Amino acid sequence: MSFFAALGRPEVLDLARQTHYFWALLPEIVLTLGAMLVLIVDVIHKGDRSEPSRGSIPVLTLAVLAATALANTALFGLRDVSANGMVAVDGFRTFTNFVYLVAAALCIAISMGYLERRGIMKGEFHALVLFATLGMMLMGGSRDLIMTFIGLEVMSVPIYVLVGFDRMDPRSSEASLKYFLLGAFSSGFFLYGIALVFGAVGSTNLTYIAETLGTGTDHGHERLLMAGMALTLVGLGFKVAAIPFHMWTPDAYDGAPTPVTALMSTGVKAAAFAAFVRIFAVAFADAGAQWVPVVWWLAAVTMVGANLVALTQGSVKRMLAYSSIAHAGYLLVALLSGGDTGKAAFLFYILAYTVMTAGAFGIVIANSRDGEERVTLEDYAGLGLEKPWLGAAFSIFLLSLAGFPLTAGFLGKLYILRAAVEGGQAQLAVILVLASLVSYFYYLRVIVVMYMRPARSEGWHAGAGLPLAARTAVLAACVVVVAMFFAGAVPMRWAEQSALSLWRQPAPVAASPAPASLFR
Amino acid sequence: MLLLQEAAVHATSAAAGQAGESFAAFAPWLILALPLLGFVLNGLLSITAARRALPALPPVGDPHWDAHHEPSEQEHHAHGDDAHPAAHADDHGAHGHDAHGHGPKPATHTLPSFIAPGVLIAAFAVAVVNFLRMLAAHPETAWVHEYWSWMPVNDPTGALRVGAAIQLDQLSMLMTLVITGVGSLIHVFSVGYMKEDPGYPRYMAYLNLFVFFMLTLVLGASYPLMFVGWEGVGLCSYLLIGFWFKERANADAGKKAFIVNRIGDFGFLIAMFLLFANLGTLNFAEVMERAPAQMAFGGAVVTAVCLFFFLGAAGKSAQIPLYVWLPDAMAGPTPVSALIHAATMVTAGVYLVARSATLFTMAPVASLVVALVGTATAIFAASIGLKQWDIKKILAYSTVSQLGFMFAAVGMGAYVAGVFHLMTHAFFKACLFLGSGAVIHAMHEALHHTHSDMDAQDVRNMGGLRRYLPVTFWTMGIATLAIAGVPPFAGFFSKDEITGAAWDGAHGQLPLAAGLAKVGIDGTLWFGLIWGALSIAAFMTAFYMGRMMIYTFFGQNRTGEEERKHLHEGSWTLTLPLVVLALASTFGGFLNVEREVPIVRWFDFGQGEALHRWLHPVLAGADQVAEANGIAGAAVEPSAVPIAVAILLGLGGLALAWTMLSRRALRTAAEEPAYANGVERVLYHKYYVDELYDRVVVRTVGWLSRLQAGFDRYVVDGLVDFGGKMSEWLGVALGRFQTGQVNTYAFAILIGVTLVLYAFVHT
Repeated sequence: MSFFAALGRPEVLDLARQTHYFWALLPEIVLTLGAMLVLIVDVIHKGDRSEPSRGSIPVLTLAVLAATALANTALFGLRDVSANGMVAVDGFRTFTNFVYLVAAALCIAISMGYLERRGIMKGEFHALVLFATLGMMLMGGSRDLIMTFIGLEVMSVPIYVLVGFDRMDPRSSEASLKYFLLGAFSSGFFLYGIALVFGAVGSTNLTYIAETLGTGTDHGHERLLMAGMALTLVGLGFKVAAIPFHMWTPDAYDGAPTPVTALMSTGVKAAAFAAFVRIFAVAFADAGAQWVPVVWWLAAVTMVGANLVALTQGSVKRMLAYSSIAHAGYLLVALLSGGDTGKAAFLFYILAYTVMTAGAFGIVIANSRDGEERVTLEDYAGLGLEKPWLGAAFSIFLLSLAGFPLTAGFLGKLYILRAAVEGGQAQLAVILVLASLVSYFYYLRVIVVMYMRPARSEGWHAGAGLPLAARTAVLAACVVVVAMFFAGAVPMRWAEQSALSLWRQPAPVAASPAPASLFR
Repeated sequence: MLLLQEAAVHATSAAAGQAGESFAAFAPWLILALPLLGFVLNGLLSITAARRALPALPPVGDPHWDAHHEPSEQEHHAHGDDAHPAAHADDHGAHGHDAHGHGPKPATHTLPSFIAPGVLIAAFAVAVVNFLRMLAAHPETAWVHEYWSWMPVNDPTGALRVGAAIQLDQLSMLMTLVITGVGSLIHVFSVGYMKEDPGYPRYMAYLNLFVFFMLTLVLGASYPLMFVGWEGVGLCSYLLIGFWFKERANADAGKKAFIVNRIGDFGFLIAMFLLFANLGTLNFAEVMERAPAQMAFGGAVVTAVCLFFFLGAAGKSAQIPLYVWLPDAMAGPTPVSALIHAATMVTAGVYLVARSATLFTMAPVASLVVALVGTATAIFAASIGLKQWDIKKILAYSTVSQLGFMFAAVGMGAYVAGVFHLMTHAFFKACLFLGSGAVIHAMHEALHHTHSDMDAQDVRNMGGLRRYLPVTFWTMGIATLAIAGVPPFAGFFSKDEITGAAWDGAHGQLPLAAGLAKVGIDGTLWFGLIWGALSIAAFMTAFYMGRMMIYTFFGQNRTGEEERKHLHEGSWTLTLPLVVLALASTFGGFLNVEREVPIVRWFDFGQGEALHRWLHPVLAGADQVAEANGIAGAAVEPSAVPIAVAILLGLGGLALAWTMLSRRALRTAAEEPAYANGVERVLYHKYYVDELYDRVVVRTVGWLSRLQAGFDRYVVDGLVDFGGKMSEWLGVALGRFQTGQVNTYAFAILIGVTLVLYAFVHT
């Protein structure tokens, strides 16, 4: 990191000094500037004419994401010696930031061609994706509940807009409205939960909360804290789409333009989970006796319910929505497993899941046409025979989602199961195995239909395909899914180091004995 | 073989003189690697040949294709008697005369003729080099070398160490010489016998692979490695029995051999498990070292180990009750019968017992069981052989019977006698089988010319062949004298040692007799019984062999006028191996001439009993066990009685056959009934054992498996289907909540909030 050191980056950050926030927030700053640049460039291009944006806009967007990723590397090896920063400076944040950036990049890549076909090729789309990504980074990297909430809203509002981006399509608008209403509803719960936690503990700083709960001192507000934790859990449960807070998911995923669906089921979910880990597995770690049984049930019900309902879906896109709910259940198991192995398994899985899910939605896009989505099971009949590359890629993504060996999904599930068994959650591990057994049926059914049923009509699949850039992205995702199986140790080692940094207590700093939170 | 014998005689002086000299093995891995190389090369040729044949491959039964490539092989039909005429008719209609040598053959069919025997002869040469070195050094301990670690298992309860190791001692050396020596001759014979077959390279590949596995079996330094060879030869046996797999009966015979052998393998495995559980090792050297210390003499454990090993041996070596596969195995090409089902593989059980001599010496009861089962098999199979008409079936039952002799020997603790008989049997039985192959070859060719549908393997259809096949007649004649136990041919000495051992046992002079007395069993009566039964079996042997020879070579020729013109001896590749094996059958017995046999004194073959001295280091462990337990045999009082009886019975059997059959006008299969009375009928039908097994075992298992199939289909599958249906119903039911109404969704969230809040506050 000598490059950033040469630019004047300190070796150790102390967020008690305001200027150090520049370095701590460098990726976010780059991303914000980039998003604005995209917006402005688009406006300059178009002037007052109403026409589709130029093809250079997505390229510029990808460049912004790449620059952000580069800026993100500035966080490598950095740590924060203050006790009260608003953002976390640790490997966990670096890792998850990369996941959001990958999700956003794949979303942009597979949207190429798709937006033109639906007539919604507008620069706002790309700017909104970037702003949503900014929200993800803020939410997942926050070390303060207020910051988490701000990040959540920064992420959610662009997503509400993106879901309803195709204003001409009533389904898109309907999905957007539903998501917005329920999202606002759940944000209320989340905010109320934050307020109650603050009332009980006296701070919104996660480190402070962790230390207070860790010392075991009776703060006299046990019930208040419990209620606060419960409502916080509801808010996060909504965002990660855990049953019974999942009901918006199928409708919103189904109605939204498919690239947005991909972003929602990958980046948004990852950010919500990162916040989940920071709040529950770190800040509330010592109140585990209270929240672990509740989350246990959430995980179990989510895994079983989502997989069962997914069985009956006739639409592949909707099936993938339920599949994403089911995967939320698996990730909750990793979170419950506790310890470094659990966190590492979580990180590995969220990366694998992001790549394979975005790839699968890429194929869904490839199969869509002008004006029609073509998402029913019958629409996929014969795809594997007529478009062997698309069929093979989709098969790999589906097998990986099911957790079949030779794919990243298998290794991810294996790590989660190992963490669960080591962490004393053997029952959940059994439920996970049984639930994913059910999931094999609906994943494999798509493969069966692709290869063993004749196409609806002659030339049905003639127009299926992706433009070059999108094709490259899907191919890359495919390669990564397989490579993560064979070279799984590499990302796993990174995930383990990142998980370790999450647990590392900030170095004791004598200068700041009391947390200086805004609300203290 | 003369070289071998010569050298063995030298061994005695060498052993006396320079016993201390260290033995340095000369690349023993080459002995294994050469046949494997042959397999790889021939296998590649076979694949190439098959690929070339592929585009031209017509639907099965296309006459044109058949006309040029169908095997001229007779034993195409060498199996169940009933199917013959029809099969013959088909065969002749299909390919007529022209199966023999049309135009230049492709390289895939010429190269195996050099590769397959070549690697075997090279391996034999390496074996001889090692043999000479061993002869010079006569090491007292086995030469063991581990090439790599094959199966290292670390476990707190005991580590398992199995290396890919070769053990070269006097016993494995002897077996290696027999396998590569006799194997070379049979490979040469195969060149003449099989070269017209379209599957020739495949055949040679299998045969090389067999030799590789057989050598693994005898050279492996541990039971697991032996088991690898054990299974490998089983596989090759299966592949070669069903070599002409287009005919169902051949494929069935292969399956039968394979399945019956699985029962035996179960015993082998259990024995290995027991050994490892009790001794913590499976390497021969360590087992033999630890066994006397860690297992009680005559105890339940060692007895169980030995009995389970014997179960394995009974499967591989065709002993009662698992012998039924061997007669059916004659469906394979005749050289295969000679190599695998007479000379080498079927003797693996005898080798196993001899290799485990220390264990069997510790388990007198198990040893007695081995001896009794061997004796019963010997007399039982010999009696069936009395009334068979198929020349290969006669030899097959003869093989089963002779294996019974070997087991009787090793069971009685006369390990050297058993191994000795194993060796001489390899000579004369290989000679007999190859001779029968030459006869069938000639018969079939003759019948071919006239499109006759007579059975080429039925001895009733032959007769007078000594005029047309003189070399075959004389060589087979010598082998017959050998197996009948006529001095001075090889079989006499080895068989005499076995009956002599029984005689000694009946007089309480065997270590086993003392061992049995130690566990409270009076063995002398049993040994008397064994001696009597073996003598009767030897008499029957002489009779049915005489009968076979008379039917085949004497009297009027019964093949028919036209066919007779085409009867002639085969090429040198067919006759040379016969001559060499006949020589070995003649002189092989002198390798271990024993005691007071007059010839020894007349010809002065040194100290005699060369094989005893040769194998002594291998059996030292067993001797020590015997001594430690005070059961070492008393000085044997030489007796002329068993020798005299043996000579009389051998000659008597032959003479009886001559007087009963030769003067009678022998008739063809069409005229001569298969059996004349009740006793003959039972013998002809092999005591109905196959039918009994079919009723009792096969049908019971079939019924059970149908029951299980039903259970699987209706109960197991039903449960699985029900689980699937349940999941679907639940999915549909849960999906009902997805109404599309935002107020429903909000309500669901509210219920969730209530539940979560309750759960938190409650705990």
